[in-house]
Amino acid sequence: MSESLNFHYDVDGENFVSAGQASVELKKMLRRLGLPPDTIRRLSIAMYEGEINMVIHAGGGAADVEVYEDKVVIRLVDHGPGIADVELAMQEGYSTATDSVRSLGFGAGMGLPNMKRYTDEMSIDSVVGEGTTITMTVYINQ
Amino acid sequence: MTVRELQETFGFGVVAMPQPDRTVSGGYVGDLLSWVMGRAQADQVWITIMSNVNTVAVASLSDVSTVLLAEGVTLDEELVRTAEEKSVNVLCSDLSAFRLAALLGPAV
Ligand SMILES: Nc1ncnc2c1ncn2[C@@H]1O[C@H](COP(=O)(O)OP(=O)(O)OP(=O)(O)O)[C@@H](O)[C@H]1O
Ligand SMILES: [Mg+2]
Repeated sequence: MSESLNFHYDVDGENFVSAGQASVELKKMLRRLGLPPDTIRRLSIAMYEGEINMVIHAGGGAADVEVYEDKVVIRLVDHGPGIADVELAMQEGYSTATDSVRSLGFGAGMGLPNMKRYTDEMSIDSVVGEGTTITMTVYINQ
Repeated sequence: MTVRELQETFGFGVVAMPQPDRTVSGGYVGDLLSWVMGRAQADQVWITIMSNVNTVAVASLSDVSTVLLAEGVTLDEELVRTAEEKSVNVLCSDLSAFRLAALLGPAV
């Protein structure tokens, strides 16, 4: 395996009004590294959806990003309630978001589908009562 | 056309315009943020009535050229600063999202 640059972001579960900080920082960093704009856009949106999910559904978590020459890997880890039925959660329109979260514009049930849409590989590893780990990979085509 | 040209042509209010020379190409209307992130494309004008800090974040991450707040909606002063810091253009209008889309459709 080739060398990678590694970045760690803690995602605060308390403040879901201003959530998105880690994604914004990731985007800045990817820009500095000179990745193609479309690759940055896909990664930033996937990261934001994952970050928001950790905040609104899992009480926060952490994100680790590895940047390789040919790909970027994002790993999101939380110790929230877990997802009982991953297949159901992946369906467009499925959401358990509360009314207060919906009033902020979330809860369309499109976040996980977007993460899949914008990444080349995605896997969800979730245990009810223990938490969720989501790994996403985007290949960089120069 | 550019964001500034769009603003001048239609007389939209300026909430924040840190990048007036960005090109506007096409548009998307929506208030549910994940729909916007899934469907809107880079350089589009995003018409919405959703005006909180997440609006600014979504606009930044999805690379739309400008947000256009409909129905007389506006941003808090603190969010105006956030938009400027994040280089997110935000325009506003009293027209409905429907009227704005009809107006801009042939133009962008
Ligand atoms: N990290 C997580 N921990 C626990 N449950 C989760 C997590 N991420 C997603 N879920 C569950 O999966 C459902 C679907 O997630 P998804 O992101 O697609 O939609 P949403 O967050 O409800 O709405 P949107 O993302 O459109 O704003 C959520 O409503 C929630 O029940
Ligand atoms: Mg979500």
